[in-house]
Amino acid sequence: MFKTIEGNSGARMYIKCRQIVVGSGEGEALVTTQMINFLTMIDLKSGVIKDEKHELRGRSIANKMLIFPNAIGSSVGAYSVYALKMNRVAPKAMMCNKADITTASGCAIANIPLADQSNVDIFTIKSGVKVKLGENLLQVF
Amino acid sequence: MQLTREEERALNGKEGEAVATAYRILLAIGESTDAEKLVPVKWAHVSGVNYNTIGDSGVQFLENISKDGKFVVKTTINPMGFDPLKINSLKVKAEFIAQQNRIHNVYERMGATKSYTCIPYEVFDMPSEGTSVSFAESNAAVYANSVTHLRTNKESALSALASALTGKAPYSELRVEEMRKPDKCIRIKSELDNELDYGLLGYFAGKISNNVVGFDGINILEKMNGKALSAGIGTSGSCGMFTIGKTDNETIDFGREEAMKVKDELNTSENGDIVTLGSPQLGIDDLSLLAHMVDGKKFRKRCLIFCARAAYESATRLGYTQTIEHSGGELLCDCCTCLTPLVDRNDVDSVVTNSIKGAYYLNNSNKVGVCLKPLKEIVEQECI
Repeated sequence: MFKTIEGNSGARMYIKCRQIVVGSGEGEALVTTQMINFLTMIDLKSGVIKDEKHELRGRSIANKMLIFPNAIGSSVGAYSVYALKMNRVAPKAMMCNKADITTASGCAIANIPLADQSNVDIFTIKSGVKVKLGENLLQVF
Repeated sequence: MQLTREEERALNGKEGEAVATAYRILLAIGESTDAEKLVPVKWAHVSGVNYNTIGDSGVQFLENISKDGKFVVKTTINPMGFDPLKINSLKVKAEFIAQQNRIHNVYERMGATKSYTCIPYEVFDMPSEGTSVSFAESNAAVYANSVTHLRTNKESALSALASALTGKAPYSELRVEEMRKPDKCIRIKSELDNELDYGLLGYFAGKISNNVVGFDGINILEKMNGKALSAGIGTSGSCGMFTIGKTDNETIDFGREEAMKVKDELNTSENGDIVTLGSPQLGIDDLSLLAHMVDGKKFRKRCLIFCARAAYESATRLGYTQTIEHSGGELLCDCCTCLTPLVDRNDVDSVVTNSIKGAYYLNNSNKVGVCLKPLKEIVEQECI
């Protein structure tokens, strides 16, 4: 139904956003409207969300494009983002509704592309679709 | 965000790798918080000290930073994993101790004051109101903004570290006067009887407000309750400040029902194998109060009391620590309830505490059950 416009790289949707940590990353979208405490909610060895009350419990953020509102809680969550990267289970990129200091600083040292402030509701993107972030643009395939 | 020419040069590595990394962090958080520029800060309080919170990759990162990084402003640090002066009587794995020592060495090399406390606002003299600082440790950021009227954002471990290495922070959010106004107001509908009620209120408020929360219904705030309130707010969300008094914002009620709902989320056990007090650490006033409460009594179970070393030393001079130790309480300095290896689920199934922040981390990180009670009840029920 969505015809490829530019050869096989054509996206179904182009969403303008503000990139906070530059670089590009692509992967399967993993979307949640619930906030994340990186220190307590994620198994840092596997990248699996372990918090029993979180709607993504049991799902892995490894190599995904993580789309979430923002991080909450502990100031040490920034180190948890870095640990995910060092353990090779970090998301390929992250997209926030409004990026916060914990996520931004963690992504900055882990070199994980991070964006926020898109002009559309990012939570309408479905988990599982392919997305690509780069140069202030989120492409949904 | 505009950088000056010197800041730009530092970002590009002219002052070494550590400073360049610090500027990369400042740039990212500056962009994310819509800062126009960086401003000087007088003091950085850094978290990410306990090995359990930063892990092996954190240790490596800090060791790298410390190769050419030096703190250029007053820098104090959060608690570590255990009390180093009592390590022989504590059950901590050799590997944990070795990694914790590496972290200690790194912060020492960079020039930190080895405060090992999460209550810098009780241990150190406060700069004058309106001074810009950079406080990681969520309870300290909230308390500093709300009670002592310093200006800090709710920093991350890395953003406060970047401020320590550069003496700068983005001029944004709670560092800007106009931004220090509530976005939500909570109307308190029932009596707040003790520090536990204030902790429950804080946890509730942190989930509701993203920035600054107003409390309609608090007239006087005692220090112990202010600590519990700040710690609760810092645990559950991204809110970095509270104000006292009615405001014109969207108003949400907090009564018995709301308090019970929060309590149900965090109270996961009917009783506890041990008692833990602290998170935030106890200060001198808390130790004085506790000493008076337990004077002549005995704890029926193990009771771990986490306090700032500076408070412990004052309390010793005043005779409080002797009274508390005589009651069987174990006073531990330089560490705290949150993520300490001293509360291990192989040894204990559940813990009694009056700390909402402690309850959150005991449940979610230490994976032990939590029984929440106010201090007065703990002493009444757990002492003979």
